[in-house]
Amino acid sequence: MINEFFQDGPSRVDGRAKVTGTATYVAEHRFPNMAYGYLVQSTIARGRILEIDAAEAEKQPGVVKVLSHLNLQKLALPERPAGTIPRPFYALTSPDVLFNAQPIAVVVADTFEQARFAASLVKVKYEQAPHQTDLEKAVSSAFTSGREQADRGTPAEAFAASEFKVEAEYTIPIEHHNAMEPHATVANWTDGKLTVYDKTQGIQGTTGYLASAFGIDRSNIRVLSPFVGGAFGAALRPGPNLIVAAMASREVKRPVKVVYSRRQLATAHGYRPESIQTLKISANKDGKLTSIIHEAVHNTSAHENFSESLVGVSRNLYSCPNVRTVAKIARTDLQTPLWMRAPGMVSGAWALESALDELSYKLKIDPMQLRLINYAETDPESGRPFSSKELRECYKQAAERFGWSKRKPEPRSMRDGKLLVGWGMATGTWPASQAPASARVTLNLDGTVRVESGTTDIGPGTYTTMTIIAARTMGVQIEKVTFVLGDSELPPSPGQGGSTTTSSVGTAVQEACELVLKQLVEHANKMEGSPFVGVDPETVVAEDAAILVKGKPETKRKFADILRQNNLQNVSLLHRSTPDQGRRSRYTIASHAAQFVEVKVDEEIGRVRVTRAVQGTAAGRIVNPKGAHSQEMGGVVWGVGMALMEKTEIDHKLGRIMNPNLAGYHVPVNADIGEIETIFVVEVDEIVNPLGAKGLGELGLVGIPAAIANAVFHATGKRVRDLPITPDKLI
Amino acid sequence: MRPFAFKRAAAPADAVKFVAANRDARFIAGGTNLVDLIKEGVDSPNELVDISRLPLSTVRSMPGGGITIGALAKNTDTANHPIVRKDFPLLTQAILAGASPQIRNMATNGGNLMQRTRCHYFYDLATPCNKRQPGSGCAAKDGLNRYSAIFGWSDSCVAVHPSDMCVALAALDAMVNVQGMDGKTRTIKFTDFHRLPEASPEKDNTLAHGELIVSIDVPKNNFAANSYYLKVRDRASYAFALVSVAAALHVERGTIRSARLALGGVAHKPWRAAAAESFLAGKRAEIGVFQQAAELAVKDAKPLSENGYKVKLAQRAVAKALGRAANL
Repeated sequence: MINEFFQDGPSRVDGRAKVTGTATYVAEHRFPNMAYGYLVQSTIARGRILEIDAAEAEKQPGVVKVLSHLNLQKLALPERPAGTIPRPFYALTSPDVLFNAQPIAVVVADTFEQARFAASLVKVKYEQAPHQTDLEKAVSSAFTSGREQADRGTPAEAFAASEFKVEAEYTIPIEHHNAMEPHATVANWTDGKLTVYDKTQGIQGTTGYLASAFGIDRSNIRVLSPFVGGAFGAALRPGPNLIVAAMASREVKRPVKVVYSRRQLATAHGYRPESIQTLKISANKDGKLTSIIHEAVHNTSAHENFSESLVGVSRNLYSCPNVRTVAKIARTDLQTPLWMRAPGMVSGAWALESALDELSYKLKIDPMQLRLINYAETDPESGRPFSSKELRECYKQAAERFGWSKRKPEPRSMRDGKLLVGWGMATGTWPASQAPASARVTLNLDGTVRVESGTTDIGPGTYTTMTIIAARTMGVQIEKVTFVLGDSELPPSPGQGGSTTTSSVGTAVQEACELVLKQLVEHANKMEGSPFVGVDPETVVAEDAAILVKGKPETKRKFADILRQNNLQNVSLLHRSTPDQGRRSRYTIASHAAQFVEVKVDEEIGRVRVTRAVQGTAAGRIVNPKGAHSQEMGGVVWGVGMALMEKTEIDHKLGRIMNPNLAGYHVPVNADIGEIETIFVVEVDEIVNPLGAKGLGELGLVGIPAAIANAVFHATGKRVRDLPITPDKLI
Repeated sequence: MRPFAFKRAAAPADAVKFVAANRDARFIAGGTNLVDLIKEGVDSPNELVDISRLPLSTVRSMPGGGITIGALAKNTDTANHPIVRKDFPLLTQAILAGASPQIRNMATNGGNLMQRTRCHYFYDLATPCNKRQPGSGCAAKDGLNRYSAIFGWSDSCVAVHPSDMCVALAALDAMVNVQGMDGKTRTIKFTDFHRLPEASPEKDNTLAHGELIVSIDVPKNNFAANSYYLKVRDRASYAFALVSVAAALHVERGTIRSARLALGGVAHKPWRAAAAESFLAGKRAEIGVFQQAAELAVKDAKPLSENGYKVKLAQRAVAKALGRAANL
């Protein structure tokens, strides 16, 4: 059943601008006298730059200057001696080469092509040092990252004593975000003030980063990012494009634009780390889990300890008395990894949800039934209740829509002509966080509402979602609302990551609108005969650009009339919303999903097609139905890529990423995608936030890779435990 | 990219003259591969000679039944030409299995023959590659070679030719007509057009610098009813072949009169499986026979460290493609 809220949601409010090209992305900005910077990158994986010969490059027409650590003005950063960890990478500040294809210089020229050509003429001499980019070889020196978690119960003993068990290793290669829009920055210094257009998920983070790097006050920095063409985590951390553009602009005293090439996207920025996971799980003959032992190691760089939680999912997705999790990281001479859609969770779920599927065959229990047997009614880790958890309803509705009851349990038992058919499923979850956020709402005399918040919209539809929230709360038509984001001069809001924007910014917008309505009541009460005097404010509602006492149409007072009578052009206020942490902390708050897929496999040639997917989602109130549908559909598409195609290939001898383009790094094309159905079950949650909405961005992906691998096993009887499942692994 | 001069040729002879006079000049038509190569710095011509407006884009029947395909006809137009669809469906299938609709709309037939390998190392200037930089070595041979050759490779190069169209043309005994400096046209057997890497992998084919492909002839055949192009790749579209097979059979009352079999994604050139073809002639068109032919087709394969799967995959793909060609 579709969520009852806003069933017929509006289309993207920024859709027309995007498809007609009037939405301006970073690389499209131009300024008078702007110069172009093109990055020069290292050709070794580790060592030291001895010499940069830019003579030939600087002779070329249009070239302004070749800049590097040798001639750039220093940043205002504290000295960190070599060997200090963490030692965040600031491009062009040191002769040290930390990874292959590291940005080491920038050619600034009048045109992009001049800069690119001259960059090819820069000659670099290195002192090369041995490198290690292979996680398998680095794993012997892996170390525990962060806090070690105590065992729950006695997992080793329980595993040893169990009759039904699975022990297996699951691996995921490095994967890259590959958003459509390249990372890009246009930086411009004027009179000691810095303005940047930057592809970013976090306006505030970028501003703070620049302030500390250049040792100037935040008030002298303006960061703009009104449109982002996909990011998926890649723009959560300021990258070399930003710092290089800002340094170069300061140096040449012109606006400077730096745009990554597709190749540079893969090598200068972060990625989902490579991981190796071992799962040991056991159950009694009724399918009740008796132990989960989940050990994971993933790579980090030589200069930072990046760590994401792959094992967290094993601590609270299912009820199990004995759990051990071990999380380690290992050093590789690669750029530091970065969060990528459903970071940690999708990797961990790939292992756990595959292992559960393996266990279901040993137990001869239906995979969904096994999950229901071990359903966590309360958080098994903390013992706290869930604020809401309609996962059971997700299983039920999605299974029904999928036709799961018609599944024949034996592998290789279902066919479509010569093709083997497999049905697989998995569970997904994602924590529903909320962060402080602020919004300014202005109701104008002409009936328009302007809502401002310094958040970003990397594609999920934040413009639309916030517009809907404001329109519904203010009782005005969608068309009357303008939502403005992506500017550090707007009220500060958190970065767009972790599926928290609707929860955080949406709450701020809703509360700010409610406060505007309250002010309107106060203004109305200044007039004689106000119907709101002495009325419980909670009973005053807004509709048709008017306020009224609920159920009493005769009390209706138009916004415009109230403003006019008070000689006001507008009512405007700034509101900062803060989560009710006291209340939230008494619950575990998460969204959930049940994910079912069908694959058809041509076994002779190892060809897998995901022909059908049904995604049942419980994520509280669905504010933006079309956007939510898109998000969950996108999660399936991403999962198809992760399960069947995506792999960043590294030549470990050279220590170099070798498929940094969209021909060599495969993501799904339209022809790879079958039917995708999304179901949003009704979930009422009065704890998560005043909106009742949880996040969706990561959730739709979490169980999909495992569900696909499980379906492939059901179809073929072959269990593939190392992603991606390419034809060579099935023949 | 390196700055370059841009000239437009008014006639094929002009084009040949311009390019022959300058080692660093290249013909450009659709540009779907060359522009990428220039952007990556893999090729850095100082002169581009635009041939896209030369009158070399017709597709027409030849006296006696074959077709001649203009070098500048677009891949899409060629694939969808009524004569090609009716009499040479293998060619249609192969072309449509390649690239994406957008690329096929731009790419020309001559350019399809001239496209360069997609070996990762060829595209990365920071790595050794004998094809890009003779004498620098081959990083793929003992490196990432999942996509590399299992036939005909040498110590200096293990790259594969990326085309689908060319696999069908090789199977169909096409001929390539090229115009040289002397204004005369010479004809090269398609199977001799591309070459094996040997010690000079920088040369993909047997064209002399400046020679211009003007057309491709496909002789009349009896394969239209029984041909099939099978492409195995890592995703459903817009991916190069792991292995592809062009299978063509002339079947009469269940007996194979003659067979053509070419493989893509396995060698520096479209790979004709001659032993399998001879084996098939005179046999019954049945699965058991096709499986034997498939074994023969991969008998001499020499896989590298990461592409052993290609031998098995090629064998299965050959059997499957023959089966499909025979409508079994």
